[in-house]
Amino acid sequence: MTDQAADLPAAAGNEQPARRRQPFFHSVAFRRGIVLVTLALLWQIAADFTANPLLLPSFTQTATALWDALLHENLATAIIASLSVLLKGYLTALAIAIVLVSLATANVFVREALLTLTAMFNPLPAIALLPLAMLWFGLGETSLIFVLVHSVLWPFALATFTGFQSVPETHRLVGRNYGLTGPRYVAYILIPSALPSIISGLKIGWAFAWRTLIAAELVFGVSSSQGGLGWFIFRNRNELFTDKVFAGLVSVILIGLVVEFGLFRALENVTVRRWGTQT
Amino acid sequence: MGSASENAGRPVLEAVRLTLDYVTESGRVRAVENVSFTVAKGERLVLLGPSGCGKSSILKAIAGFIRPSEGSILLDGRPVDRPGPDRVVVFQEFDQLLPWKTVRENVAFPLQVARGKSKAEARQIAEAALEKVGLARALDAYPHTLSGGMKQRAAIARALAAAPEVLLMDEPFAALDALTRTNLQNDLLDLADELKFTLVFVTHSIEEAVLVGSRLHLLSPHPGRTLATFDTATFGRDQRGTAEFGDIVRDINSALFDRRTEIAA
Repeated sequence: MTDQAADLPAAAGNEQPARRRQPFFHSVAFRRGIVLVTLALLWQIAADFTANPLLLPSFTQTATALWDALLHENLATAIIASLSVLLKGYLTALAIAIVLVSLATANVFVREALLTLTAMFNPLPAIALLPLAMLWFGLGETSLIFVLVHSVLWPFALATFTGFQSVPETHRLVGRNYGLTGPRYVAYILIPSALPSIISGLKIGWAFAWRTLIAAELVFGVSSSQGGLGWFIFRNRNELFTDKVFAGLVSVILIGLVVEFGLFRALENVTVRRWGTQT
Repeated sequence: MGSASENAGRPVLEAVRLTLDYVTESGRVRAVENVSFTVAKGERLVLLGPSGCGKSSILKAIAGFIRPSEGSILLDGRPVDRPGPDRVVVFQEFDQLLPWKTVRENVAFPLQVARGKSKAEARQIAEAALEKVGLARALDAYPHTLSGGMKQRAAIARALAAAPEVLLMDEPFAALDALTRTNLQNDLLDLADELKFTLVFVTHSIEEAVLVGSRLHLLSPHPGRTLATFDTATFGRDQRGTAEFGDIVRDINSALFDRRTEIAA
C-alpha cells in the first residue's frame, strides 16, 4: 500500500493532537482561580457587613480556625477517622457489586434480581436506613459502614452492569474472533470497553458515600472510638464555635474537590480521556 | 500466508448446503438456504447481493459466530464450530479497533493472546504489517485520532498480521468516502498480489465485487439462495472503466435484477 497520503491527517503520528501551550491567563485554572478569589472576597465583605461572627464568620476567621483546628484540635484525626470509615464502606460495596454484576452477566435470574433491587433501593436515601442500622448494629462503625455500603452498592452496580451491557457488538465479536472466552474475555474486552461507565459509577458512588457519611456522623457522631468530620461540625455548633463549623464544612468541600479533580481526573486522564471514550 | 503454489486448487474453505436461521421473538427467520461454495487457496471469493440476502450471515457463520441450522462449513476439511484466529474478520464498523489500545497494540495483542507470540515478536510482526498498509507513521496513535480510512487500514493490518487461513471482510469499505474507498480497494489488490491470501469478501457494490473478487457468488434475498457465479479473475484495477468491465457489471446487474422482478411478480 503506497498511496496512503489521501487519508492521513496531519496529526496522525502523534499520540495526542498537537496542543499548543496556552498563556496562563487563558487557562481554565486561571479562570477558576479568579472565581474562587471573587467568592472569598464576597464572603469577606458579607461577613464584615453583618459583623456577627457567631452567625457568619469571615473568610479569614474561617481560614484561621481551620489552621488552628488542624494544628491544635482533633480536626486532622476527625478527617482521618471519617476517611477510614468511608474507605471501608466504599471498598466493601465495590467488592459486593463486582460479585453481583459478574453473576448478573452470567445468569438471567440474578440479572433480574440486580435490576429489581437497584430500582427499589436507588431512590431510597441511604441515610434513611440509619435508624434501622442503629437498631440492628448499635451505635458504632458497623452501622455507618452499613449505610455507606447501601449508598455505593446500587448506583455502582447499576453503572457497571449498564457498562457491560452496552459494550459494542463489534468489540465483542473482535474478542471472540481471537478466541477469547471466560475470564480473559472479561479482562481484555468487557472491562476496558465498559471502563467509562465503571469510572462514572465510581464517581457517583464516591459522591453518595461522602454525603451519606457526613450526614450520618452529624446524626450520631461518635463511632466506637472517635468522632469523624460530621461529629466535629456538630460538636462545634453546639458550642457555638461557628468559625470551626465553617472550617469543618470547608474541609468537607476540599476533600470532595481533591478526590473529584485529583484522584478521578487523574484516573480518567490515563484511561478514558486518552482513549477518547469518555462520555 | 503460506505457500500458494503447492496447494493451489485444493479448497481451503467449503460451505456445504449451508442453511442459516435466526431465532427472533416471532420465531425462526431463515437467512440463508442451501448455499454451497468452495474457496481455493489464494482465491478471492466475493459474496454479492442486495441487503437481506444473508451474505453477512454467511461470513459470520464462517467466522464461527453463528452455527448453521443445516449443512456445514469446512476449513481445511475440518468443520468450523467456534470462532478462531485462523479466520480473522475485518468488519465494516470503525470501532473494531479497540479504543484503549494504540494502533500497534491493536495489531500486536491478538498475536499474543491467540497466537502465543512473545511481546517483542508480536510487536515486530505488528510493525511490519502496519508498514505494509502504510500506517508506519501512526504506530503510537490511539484509534480515535485516526480517520476512517486509517482505521480500516489498521484493521486490515491486524487481520494480515494474524496470518489466518482465510481472511474475511464484511463490507470493509462501505462506510468510507468514494476517494478513500478507491485507494483502499487498489491497495488491497496490491496486497493480494504480494501476499496471495485467501479472501472471502462481502459487498453490495457490483463494481467493488468485480474489482476485488476473483470469483463472485451472487445471492438472492429472503432467504439467501445461490443465483449465479461469475469468474472475474481477469478484472483488476487496470480494467476499471473499460468496456469489458462495463459489460460484466451489466451482466451481473441483470442476473440480480431479473431475479428481483421475478419475486415481485
